[in-house]
Amino acid sequence: MSVLAETAAPARAAAWYWIPRAVLFGLLAFIIFGPLVNLLLWTVTEKWYFPHALPLEYGFSYWGRVFSPRGNAMGSLGTSALVACLTVFLSLLLAIPAGYALARLRLPFRSLILLALLVPNAFPNLPIYVNIARLFYQIGLNGTILGVVLVHTTHGLVYAVWIATAAFGAIEPELEEAARSSGASAFRAFRDVMLPLAAPGLMASAIFVFLESLDEFTGTFFVGAPDVTTLPLLLYTSAAGGNYQIASITALILLVPSIAFMFVVERFLRADVLANIGR
Amino acid sequence: MPATSGHAARPEASGPTGEPFLEVDRASVQYGSTKVLSELSLGVMRGEFVALLGSSGCGKTTLLRTIAGFMMPTSGSIRVGGRDVTRQPPDRRGMALVFQSYALWPHMTVARNIGYGLKLRGKPRQEIAARVAEMQALLGLEGLGERKPAELSGGQRQRVALGRALAISPDILLLDEPLSNLDARIRLTVRHEISALQKRLGITAIHVTHDREEAMVMADRIVILNAGRIAQIGTPQEVYNRPSSSFVAAFMGAENVVPLLVEAGGERLRIAAGPVNRAAAIPAEGRRLGGRVVEARFRSEAAELHSATAFPKEKATEDALVLDGVVMQASYPGGVWRHVVKIGEATIVVDSSHAFASGEAVSVKVPAEALFLFDATDCKEGEEELR
Repeated sequence: MSVLAETAAPARAAAWYWIPRAVLFGLLAFIIFGPLVNLLLWTVTEKWYFPHALPLEYGFSYWGRVFSPRGNAMGSLGTSALVACLTVFLSLLLAIPAGYALARLRLPFRSLILLALLVPNAFPNLPIYVNIARLFYQIGLNGTILGVVLVHTTHGLVYAVWIATAAFGAIEPELEEAARSSGASAFRAFRDVMLPLAAPGLMASAIFVFLESLDEFTGTFFVGAPDVTTLPLLLYTSAAGGNYQIASITALILLVPSIAFMFVVERFLRADVLANIGR
Repeated sequence: MPATSGHAARPEASGPTGEPFLEVDRASVQYGSTKVLSELSLGVMRGEFVALLGSSGCGKTTLLRTIAGFMMPTSGSIRVGGRDVTRQPPDRRGMALVFQSYALWPHMTVARNIGYGLKLRGKPRQEIAARVAEMQALLGLEGLGERKPAELSGGQRQRVALGRALAISPDILLLDEPLSNLDARIRLTVRHEISALQKRLGITAIHVTHDREEAMVMADRIVILNAGRIAQIGTPQEVYNRPSSSFVAAFMGAENVVPLLVEAGGERLRIAAGPVNRAAAIPAEGRRLGGRVVEARFRSEAAELHSATAFPKEKATEDALVLDGVVMQASYPGGVWRHVVKIGEATIVVDSSHAFASGEAVSVKVPAEALFLFDATDCKEGEEELR
C-alpha cells in the first residue's frame, strides 16, 4: 500500500509539471503553424475582408487562374526548377573536388578556405547584389538564366562545400587506401569508393542548395528581373499587388518541396557527417 | 647485402639465401619534423614470412606503409625484384595490404569486395566469379558472397579482407596487425590459418604485430624495431635465445635485470661476488663484452628458486649465477608459482614448481645458457652500486 501511495504522489506532481509545458508547446505550435493556417485559408478564399474573422466565400477559382496556361505561375515554376537544377549541378561540380581536397589533402590555409566560402553569406546581401547586378550588366549577364544561376551558386556553395567536405572527411582513409592497394588508380579509387560512400552527404548538400535556390529572392530580383521570373519574384509581385490568393498559392507551391526534401535530408545526413561539418 | 646478414648471428640459419626479393635500402621516413624511421635497411627473400615486431610507436606500421607506398621515404629506396619502386604509387607495386581495421567497402558485397582488384585488371566476369568462389572456398566464406560487410562477424570480415588481398595474387602480402581486432581464441586459430595459407601459396609476407608470441609462431624471421631502427633480425629461436641487446632481451620476455661485475674475459667469464650475487664462472660462448660492468637479464621461467642454504656461500658457482634475496610475494597464475623476490634494492620475478612463503630467504639460480649479459648502458651508476 505504501508503494501505491508513493507512486501516486509523484504522478500528481508530474501532472502539475506538465501543464506549463503543454501551454508553452501550444503557444509555440500557434506561432509556427498559425501563419501557415492563415496561408492555407487564403489559398481557398474567394472573398474575405475586414472585420470578418473567416473568409466569406470559399472556392478554387484562383487555383485555376494560377495554373491556367495564361497564368505566370507555371512559367515561373519552370524557371525556378531550371535555375535550381542548374545551381545544384554547378555547385556540386565545384563542391565535389573542393570537398575532397579540403577533407583529404594537406592544404595550407584549409580553415581559411572554408571560412572564405561563408563570406557571401556573412555580409549584407543588398550592396553585394547591387554591385553584382552592375557588373553583370556590363558583361551582358543581367537578365539571363546563367546570371541568376551564378548568383545562386555563390550563395549555395557554402552548404555544398561544407557538407561535401564533411561527407568525404567522414570516410575512413583506409577504405580509399584499400582500393589503391587493390590496384586502383587515384581516380578509380575516388570513383568506386569515395563517391558512393559520400553520396548520401552529397545528396543532402544538393537538396540544401536546391532549396536555397528555390527560395532565393534578393539576388534574383537584382540580376534576373524582369526577364527571369522565379516563383519568389512572382510571389512578390502578387503580394505587392494585393492579390493574397495568388501569393498564398505560390507560397504553398514553394513550401511543398521544402517540407518533402527536409524529410529526405534527415534520412541522408548521418550523425558522423553532421559532426564533421565545418571541421 | 649488409641488410640481411649484418645483424643475424648465423646468417645461414636465417631462411632462404640469395638475392632478397624485397629490399628496403637505408630508408628514412619523417612525419613533419619527427623522424620515424632512420636509415633502415631490410631484405626479405621470396616466399619468406617476416614479422615486424615492436611496441607501439616504434615505426613498424610506418615501415609497412612505406613499403606499401602510402608513405614516401625522405631518403633511401625500396626495390622489389631488383626494380626500384620508391616513386611508384601503391597500385603499381604488386603488393596487397590487409588493414588492421580490415577496411572492407561497406557499399559492396563480400563477392564484390574480393573481386574488385580483378575487375580493375579487366578480367572477364566468369574468371572473376571463379576466382572469388575459389577464395571463398579457401577461406571458409562459402554462401556469404551476397552479404554486406556489416552483416559479418569479426572473424569473417578478417577473412574477407585476406581474400581481397590474396585474390589479386600479389607478389608481396602486407599484413598490418590483422589479428588484433579478433577475440583471443579466434586469434590463435587464425594465426595458424594465415601462416599455413602463406606456406601453401608460397607468397612473400610481411606481418606487423606487437604480439611477441604471434610473431614467434607465424614468422620465418622476426625484425625487432626500436625507435625507428632495427634492434635485431633473426629467426624466432635466434631472437629468443640470443638477443643482441638489452632491449631485445627485455622485449622477448627477459625482464629480470641484475647488474654484475665481470672480472676476466677469455674462455670463461668470471663474475665477481657482489652485494646480491655470489661469485660465478660461466662459459663466454662468444659473448662480446667491452666493459666490466654488465647488465644481466633472464626470464622468470628460466631461473630456479632454492632455499637460502642450498648453495655454500664461499664457493663460486660453475655454469650458473646465484642471487640471494627474500620472497616478497607468491601467486599462482597456473602451472607454476610466481614469486616476487627482492634482490638488494630491486625486485625480480621467478617461477617455481612449489611455493615459498613470503619473507623466506631464498637463492635464485640462473643457468648460464639462460643468462643474457650486455654492457651496462648506464655504467657509472652500476659501478657505484657494485663497489
